[in-house]
Amino acid sequence: MARTDVQLMLDVKAGDEASFELLLRKYRTPLVNFLYRMVRDTAVAEDLAQEVFLRVYRAREDYAPSAKFTTWMFRIATNLALNSVRDNRHRRMEISMDESADPGEEDARPLEVADRTPSVEQELLSRSRAEMILRAIHSLPEKQRAAVLLHKYQELDYDEIARVLECSESALKSLLFRAYETLRVELAPLVSPTVRVERVPAQRSQQPV
Amino acid sequence: MFGKDVNESKCASIESKLIVYLDGRAQPAERHAVEQHLSICAACRSRAEEFRVLWGALDDLPSISPSPSFDAALRARIAAEPERRSFWQLMPSPRLAFAVTALVVMSVWLSSSPRVKVSPTQTSELNRFAQQASVDSDFGMIRDLPVLENFDVISKFDALSELNVAPAPPSDEGVRETR
Repeated sequence: MARTDVQLMLDVKAGDEASFELLLRKYRTPLVNFLYRMVRDTAVAEDLAQEVFLRVYRAREDYAPSAKFTTWMFRIATNLALNSVRDNRHRRMEISMDESADPGEEDARPLEVADRTPSVEQELLSRSRAEMILRAIHSLPEKQRAAVLLHKYQELDYDEIARVLECSESALKSLLFRAYETLRVELAPLVSPTVRVERVPAQRSQQPV
Repeated sequence: MFGKDVNESKCASIESKLIVYLDGRAQPAERHAVEQHLSICAACRSRAEEFRVLWGALDDLPSISPSPSFDAALRARIAAEPERRSFWQLMPSPRLAFAVTALVVMSVWLSSSPRVKVSPTQTSELNRFAQQASVDSDFGMIRDLPVLENFDVISKFDALSELNVAPAPPSDEGVRETR
């Protein structure tokens, strides 16, 4: 029977390095993606993800499972991401584009992402949708951004997300409502079928796949 | 107008429940309240539908993969961590650590033991008792020795006459022999 994350972490505490490898393999991609969507820089996201695992490893001897492992791990990740964003140390030149969050800007740079569609046009459309979504998410205030990412992409429970963000469940639900309401407006071309999707001019790609 | 205000306040009260409802995680009472409101409020119904479409659109955000060097970089950072040393590791030897601990424990115990004052009468009584206890203890120790089954032999030291022992040289100091 597969061990739970808590059991794996307790085994790490007991000195089992292989259990740490299992946790690493299970959570490195979700963590990197969460952090990338928070800070919009792959190098920074990887650096922060490694820092998360390092802190988990460092805390192994004192580990006491008072919450779910994912709650603990994403709390570390969220705090690191919020500090990084607020310190403004790892922002790139595209910050001005992020702050305006206007999909119509001419100097918008599309995100180069993994894409399985066969045609060039579809690929461009796919990239432009991804870029719009990423830009819209990044336009949210940090706490709303973290709430959406944890809710939509990490599928954490409400009580978990509330613990990560250190707020009540009712406050979290209000936070999520406001965040999705903002995204609904920002991504109106994608959400409302009557609005035409405008193709973003192809620029040099910034982020490796 | 009054009706509009009431409806708007109802819309506001539904907001926090809408996400949970669309998630499929609403409690029965919550689900009922939201469904009832959506059946009469076109604006909230439209919003709910757009939220569903939005969530579908958000799924278009692709995942990225960690770089091939991610694991190696993490291991290097872990390897560079200073080794954690416990109290016992700070001691040069285990014996010293034990001795230090024992000293600390004893001094704490001694300092916390109550001091009892004993009067001179009690002291002499205690001494007499201790002496008697000592004698009783000594007698008790030799009581069961097999050699004393024949106490008469021992008391007369007859057994010693059978030993071939060379006489001791005369002592210059004239030390008196005692039994």
